[in-house]
Amino acid sequence: METSMWRALLYLVGLLAFAGVNAAWLGWCERKGAARIQRRIGPCEAGFAGLLQPLADGLKLMSKQLLVPQGVDGIIFRVAPVLAMIPAITSLAVIPFSENIGARAMELSLLLLFALASIGMIAILLGGWASGNKYAIISAARSVSQNLAYEIPMLLTVITVVMISGSMNLREIALDQQGGFWHWNIFRLEHGHFLTMWISFIIFFICSVAETNRAPFDMAEAESELVAGFMTEYSSMGFGLFMMGEYLNIVVGACLTATLFLGGWDCPFGLTPGIWWFLLKIYVLIFTFIWIRWTYPRTQIYRLLNLSWKILIPFSMANLLVTAALIKVF
Amino acid sequence: MGLMERTQAALAKMFPQPASAAPPPAGEENQEAPPREQGILAVDPARHGCHLDVLCGPGQVVEVARTLDREGYFLEAISGVDWPDKGQFEVIYDYNRLGGEHCRVMVRALVDRGEPVVPTISGVFPAADWHERETFDFYGIHFQGHPNLIRILLPEDADFHPLRKDYMP
Amino acid sequence: MTVPVHLRHDETFVLNLGPQHPATHGVLRVKLTMDGEYIVKAEPVLGYIHRMHEKLAEGGTFAQFMPNTARMDYLHALAFNHGWALVVEKAAGIEVPERAEYIRVITVELNRIASHLLWWAAFLLDLGGFTPLLYAFDDREKIVDLLERVTGSRLTYCYLRFGGVYNDIDDEFIAGTRDFIKRLRGRMPRLYHDLVTHNIILIKRIKDIGFVSAEQCRRYGATGPVARGSGIDYDIRKNEPYSVYPEFDFDVPVFDECDSMARYMVRMHEIEQSMRIIEQALDKLPAGPVMGKAPKVLKPEAGYYYSAVETARGSLGHRLVCNGDKNPYKLKLRSPTFSNLSLFGEVAEGMLLADALAFMGSLDLVIPEIDR
Repeated sequence: METSMWRALLYLVGLLAFAGVNAAWLGWCERKGAARIQRRIGPCEAGFAGLLQPLADGLKLMSKQLLVPQGVDGIIFRVAPVLAMIPAITSLAVIPFSENIGARAMELSLLLLFALASIGMIAILLGGWASGNKYAIISAARSVSQNLAYEIPMLLTVITVVMISGSMNLREIALDQQGGFWHWNIFRLEHGHFLTMWISFIIFFICSVAETNRAPFDMAEAESELVAGFMTEYSSMGFGLFMMGEYLNIVVGACLTATLFLGGWDCPFGLTPGIWWFLLKIYVLIFTFIWIRWTYPRTQIYRLLNLSWKILIPFSMANLLVTAALIKVF
Repeated sequence: MGLMERTQAALAKMFPQPASAAPPPAGEENQEAPPREQGILAVDPARHGCHLDVLCGPGQVVEVARTLDREGYFLEAISGVDWPDKGQFEVIYDYNRLGGEHCRVMVRALVDRGEPVVPTISGVFPAADWHERETFDFYGIHFQGHPNLIRILLPEDADFHPLRKDYMP
Repeated sequence: MTVPVHLRHDETFVLNLGPQHPATHGVLRVKLTMDGEYIVKAEPVLGYIHRMHEKLAEGGTFAQFMPNTARMDYLHALAFNHGWALVVEKAAGIEVPERAEYIRVITVELNRIASHLLWWAAFLLDLGGFTPLLYAFDDREKIVDLLERVTGSRLTYCYLRFGGVYNDIDDEFIAGTRDFIKRLRGRMPRLYHDLVTHNIILIKRIKDIGFVSAEQCRRYGATGPVARGSGIDYDIRKNEPYSVYPEFDFDVPVFDECDSMARYMVRMHEIEQSMRIIEQALDKLPAGPVMGKAPKVLKPEAGYYYSAVETARGSLGHRLVCNGDKNPYKLKLRSPTFSNLSLFGEVAEGMLLADALAFMGSLDLVIPEIDR
């Protein structure tokens, strides 16, 4: 076989492994993190420090029956969890993990990521709709309005990054930020970008929390209002795939944040850059996700939409204009 | 004039016949003593927990409720009592003041056990809605004019009234 | 709530909230007629945990009913013990020694704190915050341990007796209670107020949500923190003093905002006031017996008796009718949440589902006490 075939195969296996390990053990991290925050121990029985817990959970979920409620659209009901998982894994293909680790470096990789993120939203909509459950339908409707509302400010802030880097290729964007943290987009000294980019970063981070349906913006799941939202009727691996998809979305969101704002695989002090810096950055971001989730109560759907339409969108618009002006002036 | 006297005066207008000169203490009429004249009785709150004991006819219940509503009372509870020996049901309304001076008024109405019908006071106090449903549920006392007189605590298909003394499970 | 409500009654659907639903804390069912996420009509359906305690009371002696009282409001069980003891003591004319009265107040107030802590935890859970639950349970656990020492049980207490209490408190309990108060006072500002009360998301979630006017409270007979959150200064411990409450210096927190935040603040302040009462009671605790003279078989005089106590949820009334026998002839329990919940339908109309659930949480429902 040709080397490119071997390369493709290697990345395929590698990315699937990365996705699987993350999807499983982020659940463990979340439980351990939550336990720390809540002064508990968390999982500790299965293996050392409960590290085998995700395997046990996975085995249990796989051994259960996938119940399909009577009178629902069986095909859509079964396809929806898969649809939640696939775009998240596919997204990983365009993430540059380091200068020379990355499956594909496409010119429009940023655009591809957003396109794939929207498919995840459709999965929730389909799952909620196909369940034939009132809670699930409310949840699906909420999820769509929430994701639509937060994609706009997210894209507006991403445009600022694209303007600075002059590319929609994630690898190019990361390469543009090499050489110490003062080159990172969030602290960028040239053209005085640090004046506006930290605002972009905050808006982008809030949006990615909302896009991944994480607390305090977990309107779609809202277990105390909607039981389990779109997942109410799912059992077995149907539920498992939704959960894994959620964690993978977090990973993708953290990767994107790290690449766009935090210099990708760059070392903060400009020394040896490498994949471990990238992993460190994304896990710090993921920990922040966990930290926020276990600290704040849930907000309200209309406050959530107000936050996006009345605060984040105007701010990101203004931010975009100021950034453009800065590029023009300096 | 204290709250209790004021309430007593307001209620007294409804009872043209004053309470008899030496009425027996509350409760005793259930035994050998003859039933007392209808009317208002001041009782010892330290002993009985209420200040006024009003015994009225079923027809006067709504008017009493209106009077007490005007005086700023709230409805604490409605309870039924079954007196099979006398062939009567008793409906007890407890009124109290929400804050300020304390005065509890117990209003009692006796109805025929064979045909227990009392007008509803849920139009005056919405609180009575559920309490009347509960009394209907347990005793089968029918509250005339109640907007939604269905079972509240027992299953909707129950065909018995468990707090009647002759109810055997 | 500032969101305009345009209710279109032609496209409604019925949503059965419960009897198994995470937000109803038990087996309450609310039949909601919804228009999208707006509630057109809310109708609580009760009775899923109805056990007919009133009939059980008629079947046994006065003392035999004491364990049942704790099984209604399992969160503030000692207050239900207290209410039953009070009405029977009133009817039978039983004197209670002073030390027993003090011990009653101490344990009931400890139990009140535990109840409010659990409410706080469950309320935050309704609002999607899971972490506060464990902090509150950490503190509540200390109270439960203390009460277990003297009462012998952790949840469904049967501690009070007619004429006193079952068990005397010892020095370890007193020291433990003082330690607990110190600990809770130390934890309150940071873990409870900084983390939760001053949290902007919480404030936005519950401020101006669930408006219950003072007049609504009166018409529906709402008492306790619900009434006090609507500006009504009504607390049985002050308005109709019982036991040795008049001997203590404590305030009744009253807030005028009428919203869920006001009810939240009332309860948070009540925790502090209960701690004050306990401290004073521990300081003044007299020596002496904890059981007075009470006849073995109680046969109260025929008559009508009423007695009210302030539980964590409001005014609990016992309407007792005696016919001179050794059994209660009739017992009616006026449970506070029964009346408090009855205004839910009126208030929840036009609210969003999530807001209505926040409002329902602020009512502090204990379903077995509603259904009895």
